[in-house]
Amino acid sequence: MITLQNINKKFGKLQVLQNVNLKFNAGECIALIGPNGCGKTTLIKSILGMVLPDSGDILFNKESILRKFEYRNNIGYMPQIGRYPDHMTIGQIIAMIKQIRNSKDILDEDLIKAFKLDKMDDKQMRTLSGGTTQKVSATLAFLFNPDVLILDEPTAGLDPLASEILKEKIIKEKEKGKLILITSHLLSELDDMITQIIFMQEGKVHFHRNINELLESTGEIKISKAISKILKQKSHEQDH
Amino acid sequence: MNRIIKIVLLDILKNKIVLSYTFVLALLSWGSFGLEDNSAKGLLTILNVILFTVPLVSILFSTIYLYNSSEFIELLLSQPIRRKKIWISLFAGLSIAMVLAFLLGAGIPLVINAPDASGVMMLLSGCLISAVFVSLAFLSCILTRDKAKGIGVAIMFWMYFAILFDALVLFLLFQFAEYPIEEAMVGVTALSPIDLARIQILLHLDQSAMMGYTGAIFKDFFGTTIGLIISFFLLILWIAIPFFISVRKFNKKDL
Repeated sequence: MITLQNINKKFGKLQVLQNVNLKFNAGECIALIGPNGCGKTTLIKSILGMVLPDSGDILFNKESILRKFEYRNNIGYMPQIGRYPDHMTIGQIIAMIKQIRNSKDILDEDLIKAFKLDKMDDKQMRTLSGGTTQKVSATLAFLFNPDVLILDEPTAGLDPLASEILKEKIIKEKEKGKLILITSHLLSELDDMITQIIFMQEGKVHFHRNINELLESTGEIKISKAISKILKQKSHEQDH
Repeated sequence: MNRIIKIVLLDILKNKIVLSYTFVLALLSWGSFGLEDNSAKGLLTILNVILFTVPLVSILFSTIYLYNSSEFIELLLSQPIRRKKIWISLFAGLSIAMVLAFLLGAGIPLVINAPDASGVMMLLSGCLISAVFVSLAFLSCILTRDKAKGIGVAIMFWMYFAILFDALVLFLLFQFAEYPIEEAMVGVTALSPIDLARIQILLHLDQSAMMGYTGAIFKDFFGTTIGLIISFFLLILWIAIPFFISVRKFNKKDL
């Protein structure tokens, strides 16, 4: 569904993405993991067209997305830190996005109810806590029933209850055959959601594997343990 | 009307700074007409006030507004909207708001007290000058990511056009006083939108007689219909070129 071909991106002298080649298919739930500053968010932002790659191409349903915008109709994006105009209220933000999208499809307002956002419609964005802002971001990402969901650190800052609601919602959407892309540091949270894993380091893709395959080859049951085993092996190989 | 322009415009019109700007313009305009006994003198007073405050408020307010909308821009970018459209809508919203403020504040007293060619000229130039400085604000905003630097650049633009440019022209005039530079001066004027507006209005007030030989040359050039069209065309170029550069940069910007 989404194909990245030889993506390179430099911020000044810093090479953030280096020859990234990836393929994401519908129906998968893919976790993008790696240390801080390894280029996860830049990768996501280039899929969204917010960061323009220096070279390479990104295909969405076999069409290049560079300099296009219509394809974003099919993407729901939840940013790592949602930044919204301070003086607008939750209700106004949601109404504004609806107005901008002008979508005639049925809206998915499950999360508005689940997070009880409709009860604080007139709260201004600047008065919200980080967690509530995340709830608004999540709601907006799911609102238009997009085929692709891109979630940047979705559960960071959410309380256990809210993060459980969000996880259930993600699983539900995955079962509908949507492509879901998640970045996260909390490997333990990912266990029952994801089908594939991508590990990035210093702007390069280290590996991209199926979860079952990964667990089998390492003989672990938990993703976090499997990953740390692989990393230990790698550093061991480098030492010798 | 475009949905984003509507959102931006409504947001700006709610802003208290724009309201007080309108109020101050109205106060200054009504005051100048009330203090002077004939409308030509009143117009001259307003001219100086307008050529000083309108650019300053337009460029500063727009620059700060743009920096404060960075969140809004980011939010819009993840939606299916063309990049260019976001930038153009912001420009349209800000320009319409500044022009509206000018028309409500200074336009009404102008139409009532000086309903002649010079009044209309003032109205037109005021609107164009507002848009020119909104456009320069977009340029200074895209030149740097840092808010303080961007506002600094905006203030430099204003200082240059409102104060430094005139000083430079005076300097040139004195340095080359022995040479026939009057015609060249006409060309130099095109380099400053504020001077273009000022000369147009002065010519319509028949004050050019007081400006000596240079004034006569100006009258010869800017006083004709072609001169009028050219000077308005130049003002529109002053809107289009900075904004066009900023659109191109915005299209390539990483957010």
